[in-house]
Amino acid sequence: MIEGDPGDFQVTLTHHPRYIDPATCTGCGDCARHCPVTAVNEINRGLDDRRAAYIEYAQAVPLAYAIDTDVCVGCGLCENICLAKAIRYDDKERESNLTVGSVILSPGGKGFDPSGLDFYGYGKYPNVVTSEGFERILSAGGPYFGHLMRPLDREEPEKIAWLQCVGSRDTNNCRNGYCSSVCCMYAVKEAMIAKEHAHGDLDCAIFNIDMRTFGKDYEKYFLRARDKDGVRFVKSRIHTIDEISETGDLVLRYADEAGEIREETFSMVVLSVGLQVPETSQDLANRLDIQLNTSNFVATTPFEPVSTSRPGIYTCGVFQGPKDIPGSVTEAGAAACLAGRDLAESRGKDVEPLEIPEELDVSDQEARIGVFVCNCGINIGGIVDVSKVQEYAKRLPNVVFADQNLFTCSQDTQEKIKEKITEYGLNRVVVASCSPKTHEQMFMETLEACGLNKYLFEMANIRNQNSWIHSKDHDGATKKAMDLVRMAVARAGLLKPLREKVISVTQRALVIGGGVAGMNAALSLAKQGFEVVLIEKEPGLGGLSGRLHHTIEGADVRAYLQELIQEVGTHEKIEILTEARVTGFGGYKGNFETEVVVGSDTEKRSIRHGVIIVATGAAEYRPKEYLYGEDDRVITQLELSDILEEKGLDGASSVVMIQCVGSRNDENPECSRICCQSAVKNALHIKELSPETQIYILYRDIRTYGLLESYYTEARNKGIIFIRFTQKSPPLVESSAEGILVTVKDHILQRDIQIKPDLLALSAGVIAQDTNDLSSIMKLGRNSEGFFIEAHVKLRPVDMPGDGIFLCGTAHGPKLISETISQAHAAASRATTFLANSEMKLSAINARVDTEHCVKCLTCVRSCPFQVPAYNEEEGVIEIDEALCHGCGVCTGVCPRQTIQLGFYEDDQIACKIDALLAEGL
Amino acid sequence: MRLEYPKNIKIIRVPCTGKVDVMHLLRSIQKGADGVYVVGCLEGNCHYNEGNLRARERVNHVRSLLEEVGLEGDRVRMYNLSSGEGPTFAAYAREMTENILALGPNPLKKWVTRP
Repeated sequence: MIEGDPGDFQVTLTHHPRYIDPATCTGCGDCARHCPVTAVNEINRGLDDRRAAYIEYAQAVPLAYAIDTDVCVGCGLCENICLAKAIRYDDKERESNLTVGSVILSPGGKGFDPSGLDFYGYGKYPNVVTSEGFERILSAGGPYFGHLMRPLDREEPEKIAWLQCVGSRDTNNCRNGYCSSVCCMYAVKEAMIAKEHAHGDLDCAIFNIDMRTFGKDYEKYFLRARDKDGVRFVKSRIHTIDEISETGDLVLRYADEAGEIREETFSMVVLSVGLQVPETSQDLANRLDIQLNTSNFVATTPFEPVSTSRPGIYTCGVFQGPKDIPGSVTEAGAAACLAGRDLAESRGKDVEPLEIPEELDVSDQEARIGVFVCNCGINIGGIVDVSKVQEYAKRLPNVVFADQNLFTCSQDTQEKIKEKITEYGLNRVVVASCSPKTHEQMFMETLEACGLNKYLFEMANIRNQNSWIHSKDHDGATKKAMDLVRMAVARAGLLKPLREKVISVTQRALVIGGGVAGMNAALSLAKQGFEVVLIEKEPGLGGLSGRLHHTIEGADVRAYLQELIQEVGTHEKIEILTEARVTGFGGYKGNFETEVVVGSDTEKRSIRHGVIIVATGAAEYRPKEYLYGEDDRVITQLELSDILEEKGLDGASSVVMIQCVGSRNDENPECSRICCQSAVKNALHIKELSPETQIYILYRDIRTYGLLESYYTEARNKGIIFIRFTQKSPPLVESSAEGILVTVKDHILQRDIQIKPDLLALSAGVIAQDTNDLSSIMKLGRNSEGFFIEAHVKLRPVDMPGDGIFLCGTAHGPKLISETISQAHAAASRATTFLANSEMKLSAINARVDTEHCVKCLTCVRSCPFQVPAYNEEEGVIEIDEALCHGCGVCTGVCPRQTIQLGFYEDDQIACKIDALLAEGL
Repeated sequence: MRLEYPKNIKIIRVPCTGKVDVMHLLRSIQKGADGVYVVGCLEGNCHYNEGNLRARERVNHVRSLLEEVGLEGDRVRMYNLSSGEGPTFAAYAREMTENILALGPNPLKKWVTRP
């Protein structure tokens, strides 16, 4: 339940019992290993078993087990075996209350369950799996450990078919009329990975209605699969699957492109199931009074894509609409931005700074090392002779104290470590336990609490790298544990205290580009109290959206834009510079300086800012094809929408539209994403103005993804004719006095048809703005189509590789206005993480040059993947800026005189481990 | 995942395989290791753009240096995998061990003086 108003919500949460206390559970997994009860493993889609005491998957957060009481027999074995005493058989459902200012709903979606569709035989024929199941089969952590096998006989399949649109684009067998947006791409991916995993020549066929690989760089992947890796794409929707009972193979009957009926046998069939909102989430929405649309996704509007019907409550991910990971991560950023924007006034008010004692100076002291060996319950102690390792550690050089603990990570052990640090005057600490990935930070904090520099710490992983994998050889594991401890102690002795430099942050943003993306990003930051300088190369704001009238949903773009420009223009925190261009750039995250020339000014202005948001936008491609520019009756979709809005069609009896003009061809292999919906939008508009007008849309694949599919359905219902052509045989357009003549081969009739339209509208693609100068001045990477490249497609979709630089809108790639708005908020959200504080701490793990011995050969300058080392001519030295260094250590390896050292990974700190390991022979 | 792999493998952590120096690889062989291998991210997936590509170059360089002085270059190898591929990690560990067992002990071992 959520009661109250934005800024002051009272949230009631129900905690379902887990029967294992997540705070006490160490994730060791002994309960699951001893549990005698098996249950269906849902995460592997029933392809294997799990225990009643279980964890969903190895990467789960928190890494804590739970008991499935539906199958648990209550034998008590796990309670007896659990050394951490985390089992709670009497755990009960309980409620708790939270007071929050904003709420974000992101319960996600789930795959469509095809068991109700008997003609596919899922659940009946073992070798028919869902795409979710197949994903698990391919996974190294899945039921077959990543080996490509089919469920019936664990044989490697020779031929696999994927059937697209199972539970999507289907109002006949299920109520999901929408397109799930992700299935085409994941089917291609699964086929490619399956081919990689296969030992023989695996035949992969994807049966589809349209291939919808519309995302950034997705078309290139599709082409690679088709042309290079030989994945077959068949335009057909399969009606029935039959099993050959003797072999378990599956027979598909389908009509091929020429209309011939074919029968093909496959060893395995994958159903590409769509995404839908589970009933539990629909109930959640009802309880919270959030409106859903007819497809059960959260009802949102094009200009407020992550706002729910209830103010102060936002949404993101598949609950908002079907989408892929980059889209979900971006939307998550947008929701976080708006949730935080509402609460900007109270930012940081509940934060209590951690009190850290002043650091002790240990630089003159000889190393005094304390070693703490962990039993990790029985995870280590059950295999390794921990006492022996402890005694061994005591005898190592510089070790003044060694101890063992049941769980070194527990809170009381931290107190014990602190006592021992003080009691023995320890100045280096080694913990021999598990992975630094999970626990290093916590132990470092323990050191800091005693006034020790946190970099005087080293871990030996005697669990994951030892006891867990050598459990059958206790003596061998004990010996290896001693080796690992000896190596860690050697390194600890050479560790040096490191300083994390604190730099100031200029709490101002520079936004480049004054379109919908740039203005939304600027406004989001300004509303949180940050100053923004918005620069635009044109005399006015608006960008490409200035050429749009309505969205396909019917929302008024002109009115929205006018309001947005008004709001941005009058905001006291936003300074707008039009007719501005960037002429110079320098600095690093938190402290950039950009030179801008405005209009015909001769003087340059210098702007100091902490972050950059790149939103330079895109434009409509100007066609060279199909007589555009030669015949007035040939226009683009944007020009058609101008005509439709301004004066109507003026009695045209027929209109032809041609898709993929300037997209998906040799010159521009990418899909422009938005043109299919533009064509459908304009076609529906024509039908509204003049229902008698005949409309033909000539297409290659209709890519009305997500909820846009409903408009495609509506268009077909209204009699708009869709004719598919292939890239090899495009339509022929001729001009004559009587009209334009369009000739196209109809794929159903298998013959040429001729149309004489009054108007020919070309769905011209989206091209990036000319950003040659900007990208070379600011060193921003672009792909071959001229769109800027994000730091990571999935994990950091709005960050650019350089810290403090973010990206949004069509500068990133073609997208809808609603997607642009989400991305702009997401970029603002990421920028806020830099601007929120007036100072930021830099990592101490970075490269330092010993300028005394450096011969200035510039090898490091040439080798750094981030162009950080620079030659300072005045001082005559090589400088590596701590704020820019990523800490990879490439320069340290190439330096011929070894005058560069990487903090925490100095050469002798690595070499000593090699020496220590080999000192006792192998 | 607790996948078993040979005990003779000991791991040294580096921030990126781009940090692995020719010196580190040579020192291991010089001090008597029978083999040494570098495990990096998949090519094209380096968090630091090109660290793993540089590591491969260095590994290849060390292999040719070893051949030059009459040792087997195959005592030094480079493998690539993603962090989600535990079974592949274990498979490479076994493969490397088998490779080293086939090559036999490092002939330099007898020259190593121990404290």
